[in-house]
Amino acid sequence: MRNILTLISGLLFGTGLILSGMANPAKVQNFLDLFGTWDPSLAFVMGGAIMVTMPGFWLVQKRATPFFSDMFHMPTRTDFDARLIAGAATFGVGWGLGGFCPGPAVTSLPLGSTGTLIFIATMLLGMMAAKYVASPSTAQQET
Amino acid sequence: METEFTPITSLLGGALIGLSAVLLMAMHGRIAGISGIVARMLPPSADKAGLPQGIIFVFGLLIAAPLWIALTGTIPDQVISAGGPALAIAGLLVGFGSVLGNGCTSGHGVCGISRGSARSIVATITFMATAFVTVFIIRHIVGS
Repeated sequence: MRNILTLISGLLFGTGLILSGMANPAKVQNFLDLFGTWDPSLAFVMGGAIMVTMPGFWLVQKRATPFFSDMFHMPTRTDFDARLIAGAATFGVGWGLGGFCPGPAVTSLPLGSTGTLIFIATMLLGMMAAKYVASPSTAQQET
Repeated sequence: METEFTPITSLLGGALIGLSAVLLMAMHGRIAGISGIVARMLPPSADKAGLPQGIIFVFGLLIAAPLWIALTGTIPDQVISAGGPALAIAGLLVGFGSVLGNGCTSGHGVCGISRGSARSIVATITFMATAFVTVFIIRHIVGS
């Protein structure tokens, strides 16, 4: 049951990305191109996602524990450190450059484009590099 | 190149992403951040206990496009305008930045904002800002 629901969760996420057009880097880059071929769709994707997630999280967290875990793993940090800002800034440059972020890139992998393969390969390298750089004591994943 | 503004399908697709995030939170008590889920599977300090569920979730992502093609008979539109070297750099920056900043578009942008996290709101504003500037540079300064 647990495995099937996790699979469905991944499938819903991937299908949502495809349906919303976010698996298409051109659409993402067009959202980011305010002074060119602007396409506001991405704002609707985030809006649609937040409209479901916000009440959903609120409802779910009325439970003492999740269904298949003994606790909610919620991020507890509230400070703005240099890592958060530098990380987000770096992420944004890469996102704008390629039009891909991790979800759409992984979802696009079966579409078999060489560009996606290259992006995923270096993305995994970048992630491992950051894990080496980040000290375990401060590495508290929000995601 | 231009893409068509798709408010309805984008809103619906977004809602599916939200549903996925709520399902993951209800089951595992975890944020549906793709960068976090993928990064936790990688060395060093791979999360061995969470590995099976991570693999199953990623497998779900991977079968979405083949299922979409099988059920709708259409291949999702995809135009990747960046060349190989640019994509290689983009991947490095996205991977490194998302782990350093503890999140990406899904973890900070969707889940973080949904739970009112100030860190996620700041992160989202930051990556949106650098992404807007990057696209401006590649399309209107370098590209023109």
